[in-house]
Amino acid sequence: MTQAERLYYRDDPDEMLLRPLDGLTLIYHRPSGITHIVDSPVPEILAALSHEPLPARLLLESLSADYDLEGEGEALDNLAAHLEELCALGLARAR
Amino acid sequence: MSAALLASLLRAPQGAGRLGARDWNAVMAAARAERLLATLAFRLEGVALPDPVRAVLDDACFDAEREKRQALWEADRAAAALAPLGIPVVLLKGAAYAAAGLKAGEGRMIGDLDILVPRSRLEEAERALLAAGWEWVKPDPYDDAYYRQWMHELPPLIHRERDRMIDVHHTILPLTARPVPDAGAMIADRVDLGGRLSILSEEDRVCHAVAHLLADGDMAGGLRNLWDIRCLLSDIEDISRLEHRAALHGLAQPVARARRLCEHLFGRASVDLGMVDQMFVARLLSADGWGRNGRRLLGQGFYVRSHLLRMPPLMLARHLWTKWRKGHRPA
Amino acid sequence: MRHHLLLAIGPARFRIGSAWRGPIDALRRLYAAYPQSSQDDAVADFTVRLEPAGIGRRWWRPSVRIAGDYHLPDAVPMALRHGLLAAEMGMNLQMALGWRRHLLIHASSVEKGGKVLVMAGESGSGKSTLAALLGERGWRLMGDEFALLDFATGAIHPFPRLVSLKNQAIDVMRREVDDAARFGPLMAATPKGDIAHLIPAAEAVSRMSEAAPPALLLFPRYGHAPDIRAVGEGEAFMHLTQASTNYVACGEAAFTALHRFVTTVPSIALDFSSGNEADRMIGRLWREHAG
Repeated sequence: MTQAERLYYRDDPDEMLLRPLDGLTLIYHRPSGITHIVDSPVPEILAALSHEPLPARLLLESLSADYDLEGEGEALDNLAAHLEELCALGLARAR
Repeated sequence: MSAALLASLLRAPQGAGRLGARDWNAVMAAARAERLLATLAFRLEGVALPDPVRAVLDDACFDAEREKRQALWEADRAAAALAPLGIPVVLLKGAAYAAAGLKAGEGRMIGDLDILVPRSRLEEAERALLAAGWEWVKPDPYDDAYYRQWMHELPPLIHRERDRMIDVHHTILPLTARPVPDAGAMIADRVDLGGRLSILSEEDRVCHAVAHLLADGDMAGGLRNLWDIRCLLSDIEDISRLEHRAALHGLAQPVARARRLCEHLFGRASVDLGMVDQMFVARLLSADGWGRNGRRLLGQGFYVRSHLLRMPPLMLARHLWTKWRKGHRPA
Repeated sequence: MRHHLLLAIGPARFRIGSAWRGPIDALRRLYAAYPQSSQDDAVADFTVRLEPAGIGRRWWRPSVRIAGDYHLPDAVPMALRHGLLAAEMGMNLQMALGWRRHLLIHASSVEKGGKVLVMAGESGSGKSTLAALLGERGWRLMGDEFALLDFATGAIHPFPRLVSLKNQAIDVMRREVDDAARFGPLMAATPKGDIAHLIPAAEAVSRMSEAAPPALLLFPRYGHAPDIRAVGEGEAFMHLTQASTNYVACGEAAFTALHRFVTTVPSIALDFSSGNEADRMIGRLWREHAG
């Protein structure tokens, strides 16, 4: 395990309310009161996150088990980018 | 009259049973003008109220609850931006009361996020916040220079997406003011809340609220601030520690005044008020039954006074003139 | 405040105070059929104040500043002859900024057969005039400016204030409504153009506490060749969050109520170039979706 690996997790699954809409997903984030509209793979990524901080590569493994993901090398970069964006929005956390 | 009725209800909520429609309309308008409506609702919990009154108070509580959640979220975001740099984030005012579950936080309408950071880390903090999506509110170079040179805080920042403001303080009073509180001691003696946030010690919380009420601001929002102080004082067991700390910060006289005013308006004992105390009481009770700030003239006096405290007299006239030309008016 | 009035519109009660008698007299007359009382008898949800906009402006070139529980600090003062409009704007502002008991949407609404047609749009879309027109042609007018969505039941609640008619709409409705007494004074050249108020039909006022479930959401656009297009749920949701003044303030309840609304009520964009044309198109759509 590399020492600089970022670990991602979620505080509390109850803090988000999800609703499907027109093929997209609406998220009401209770702590901030902000409504987000997101598309795949964001809801799937959020579902894969838990209380336990995990590096992106392990999250990718768990997502690959359930979903078809394209291009091994790119997929990890894409996932990491999504995770960082979710952290910036406060929907996920990292350490 | 209406503000006095408000103060008496806050002091003794069981008096609510005697009020008719006219009094309710008046006291709720005054409470709203003083941002004390949700506080009043909390104090009246468990008291039998007419349905339309209960409906308005419930709405106010709903708003206060939402503001509290948003304030704590802003605090979370500020900590996310600053904690990785090892900058201690000390919450001030409403956000602090809410985060720590203090009585002063009950029904408190919280506005901007106020935080205190060490002066030596101010520039770093500024860069980190700008990188995390906050941006400047006032691009005016005159205001900017004024803030950086004289004030106790950075010029206000607002978050680009969330549209919420943050005020980053490095001490609690402007650098030109006469009392010079010991900001370093305040930060050193902060209380950790877990997570990456902290608040001032219980004595320093009172000192800060007093500085804000009496030595800094123009007393708009004064009654609400005095209520904060009353709640904070009720958490303190050892008054001598407070007096000692107030002396350290050069705030002994203002803290003593605040204690007298609290006792007079919200307490049970009768208090000897001096002339200046009485002027403060008049200003604090100036909201009327239509939600107006009745004593406009007196209000002007306090606005000028607040600037006097902030800047040496020679600089004052130039500053007010420039602000006047740009269309600023005391509210 | 020297002159004042307490007035109920739908579920909201307003205490309106004024430095001048004129606006209060006008409100009393135009809202005669609505529940009115005084601040001594009833507790209001909101206070509106019509104040002189500066020292001496009560008498010399009288100028009205709108104030109250909620106010906009940069608002431009209005001439006293537009005082009635100032009062209306004051009440709208309190609702828009302070109402929490329903989700507030900038939309008109009319009811027929126990179901509600909601028409969402900004100024100029034609939503207000259409609602006023339908309100004279067999529909019950519920509101021309705000539709109130119930968080628990999803029903629409009436807020039948005086209908605010602008410019050509005034002539349209004068042709439609026989009774001149139902119109307020013409206020010419206000910041929003020429304005006159229309008192809603008696039934709209007497039934102002009767809610009903929505059956159709329209996005009308006046001044285009007639057209009807389905609107996706996602698009409707986005439009309505923008058309709601208190969506963010109402939090989670607003989220779930609005989601339920757009996923259970069909949304349709309606382009039209005349009131009669719109009336016919709406008739067909209503038979299809609510019949």
